[in-house]
Amino acid sequence: MTPTTTRGWDEFMEGIWRQNPVFVMVLGMCPTLAVTVSAENALSMGISTALVLIASCGLVSMMRDITPKEVRIAVYIVIIATFVTVVDYAIQAISLALYDALGAFIQLIVVNCIILGRAEAHAAKNPPLPAMINAAGMGAGFTIGLLALGVVREILGAGTLFGVSLFGAGFQPWVIMVLPPGGFFVLGSWLLLFAAVERRKQRKLAEQGEVGQNV
Amino acid sequence: MSADAPPTPAVQTTPTVAMIRTLGLVSAICGLIIVGAYQSTFDAVAANKRIATERAVFKVIPAAKSIAEFVALPTGGVQKVGAGDTAAGAVKFFAAYDEKGQLAGIAAEGAARGYADTVRIMFGYSPDCQCIVGLGVVSMRETPGIGDKILTDKEFLANFVKLDARLNADLSALAHEVKTVKHGTKTNPWQIDAIAGATITSRAVGKAINDAAQVLLPKVVPQLETLKAKS
Amino acid sequence: MTASIEIRSAPHVSGPRTVEKIMRHVVWSLLPICAFYVFQYGLSALASIVVVTAACLLTERFFVRTGTQAGSLSDFSAVITGLLLALTLPPGFPLWMGAVAGITAIALGKALFGGIGFNVFNPALVGRAFVQAAFPTAIATYTPSLLAGRFGEFIPSSLAWPFMLPADTAAWLQSKHLDALAGATPLAKWKFDGVLAGAGELLTSLSGHMAVGPSPLLILACGAYLAARRYLDWRIPAAILGSAGVTAWILFGLDPLRYPNPFFMLFSGGLVLGAVYMATDMATSPVTPKGMWVYGALIGLLTVVIRYYSGLPEGVMYAILIANAASPLIEKITQPTPFGKSAMTGMGKRRKGATYPLNPGYISREDAGAVTPKKRFLRNKPKKS
Repeated sequence: MTPTTTRGWDEFMEGIWRQNPVFVMVLGMCPTLAVTVSAENALSMGISTALVLIASCGLVSMMRDITPKEVRIAVYIVIIATFVTVVDYAIQAISLALYDALGAFIQLIVVNCIILGRAEAHAAKNPPLPAMINAAGMGAGFTIGLLALGVVREILGAGTLFGVSLFGAGFQPWVIMVLPPGGFFVLGSWLLLFAAVERRKQRKLAEQGEVGQNV
Repeated sequence: MSADAPPTPAVQTTPTVAMIRTLGLVSAICGLIIVGAYQSTFDAVAANKRIATERAVFKVIPAAKSIAEFVALPTGGVQKVGAGDTAAGAVKFFAAYDEKGQLAGIAAEGAARGYADTVRIMFGYSPDCQCIVGLGVVSMRETPGIGDKILTDKEFLANFVKLDARLNADLSALAHEVKTVKHGTKTNPWQIDAIAGATITSRAVGKAINDAAQVLLPKVVPQLETLKAKS
Repeated sequence: MTASIEIRSAPHVSGPRTVEKIMRHVVWSLLPICAFYVFQYGLSALASIVVVTAACLLTERFFVRTGTQAGSLSDFSAVITGLLLALTLPPGFPLWMGAVAGITAIALGKALFGGIGFNVFNPALVGRAFVQAAFPTAIATYTPSLLAGRFGEFIPSSLAWPFMLPADTAAWLQSKHLDALAGATPLAKWKFDGVLAGAGELLTSLSGHMAVGPSPLLILACGAYLAARRYLDWRIPAAILGSAGVTAWILFGLDPLRYPNPFFMLFSGGLVLGAVYMATDMATSPVTPKGMWVYGALIGLLTVVIRYYSGLPEGVMYAILIANAASPLIEKITQPTPFGKSAMTGMGKRRKGATYPLNPGYISREDAGAVTPKKRFLRNKPKKS
């Protein structure tokens, strides 16, 4: 077991599970609730955010030694805004329909607190490679979170998954799932599930601890 | 800070020059990245936009094979977009041509307030029958399952196969106002039969068509000869 | 540890009226209404009541068993939720959607807040609001009452497969030689077609082929029984009906052509059922007498405003839910003056409420070596092995 690879893997998994931005840290709720009406939108939004996250964390990390702390926020925002603009153009070039579906939320990635948070908390203190690995983990965690919402909302709200019909023509769509309240309900259910799993794990740990003490 | 203030622990201050240097460097790098991205995606974005517009126009004018963008000037007369400055108050529309280069119809956008938000539609007008021959929705946020039936409801879309939009004798307005009527009570060719249960959205479509047609058609119809010459 | 002192909060004296007893009486008083409803719509109505109530009870059982919710199954409160929910849904509402409504009502409206007595919103209305938003077409599809052969066959939309679209009711009505408009409720007819139904017809719900709920007269009679036994407070229904009536009457007086007469407002839709059974839910309405009047007046006013000025034909549900949310605030501003404290002394100053916060230094549990009794409602929690 080489220490470096293990560390990189841990850094990556941190964002996916232990500090998942959607389910554990509850960050970036605005796009989470707004664009997850379909799995496709959720996936595109997640990937766009992840790309911005990785690129900007990399650049922030490279510049960390020459960034005076007084102007660091300005530097981060300029860097983040740059990559958001790049992603914005890229999506327009790939598909206008997707661009219309995601709407203003592409531009709003600039103010997504996950990205600024990562830049400030991690990238500014670590060399580029670990910073990008950590950012990739966070991005993947965010994508998984969005996808979890998007899949549920698309299946119930339209009877399809990635546009493929699952139930045939007679499906009764749950209109509420494609409306904003549906987003809140699905997010709440996922948070509930995560909290329940976490609590169960801790109870098991506590029980094991008690057993250990008794022995 | 006055001289007799308690000595503060030495705070390392960054010289202003360093800040400006860093900000300048970051701005330069970011500027380069953005320009690069803009340049490399410019053609693809433009092509996408053109395809999207063409698709929307082709949907409302079935015979169309190519389009040209025009504006109707407030003083009367039409002008091709790109030829000189467009006057204020000009209304944009598209002329569509069939494969032989003949004028197949005119497409224009209209908007009216629906149930949740503004419903923006595009309609196709055929000069041959002086009627509206197609309806497309540009954007809307109507209730899924109710209001968005205007996209799918066959009975409703059948209204727009041949919706009367003749002009009156002196070409100043429509001879009959395009109007949405209650489901099942359509009697005249210029009326739109609303979807049962989605009356508000249906009305918005009717109002959008009427408002746009009342403004646009009196200006465009006298100029049809100009449009027929495809340039 | 030596002698242990038990510390309990008030009340220390319990009256003969228990939650279970009150709830049982409410269920009894609801039974005639349900019977009338079944008489109106036949087999579909019966199936709807059974399925929705069963869904509520099963959900309640799940949450009580897992120990996340207070209360027990035998307190009948879930039965009330189920019956009321079924009465507010159209009789031909697909049964699977009814089950969804029942599950949502208990899970979202009740268990989430901690069970009976903790809920902020009336659970039945939470369930209905959810399906209203989820299935707007199905919930607006009513069928005429008192059809021939209603005890022998289901309304076809009732028997839709789970997750599937219900069958077309309009086609079924045509096969019965009724036009599709016969299925519209009197409120929808008035809102979208401008047709007014007579107050007398609405009051009894007995004239044929009207798409109405159970008779308002019967509901008022059952409500009067409960009020007489003091199982509900008469002030709330009185305030709601009074305020709705006065608002409708003023508007009718201003423009009789545009607005319907107040009797139509009072006896159409679910206003009476909502006023008597839903707004009076003890956990979600204010406890102060003055507060009850404010709360009822708010519901009546909102109902009329929603019916007149929104895109929806019916407004009772949202009116009650909004007033539910406002009821803690209403309680706060309508606190009675405590005994011995003159109302005059408080004039000019901010009036303090009748709550006396416990001084933290008053009881020190550690010093007393006291044991707080285990929370009662957790007794069903599975024991740790």
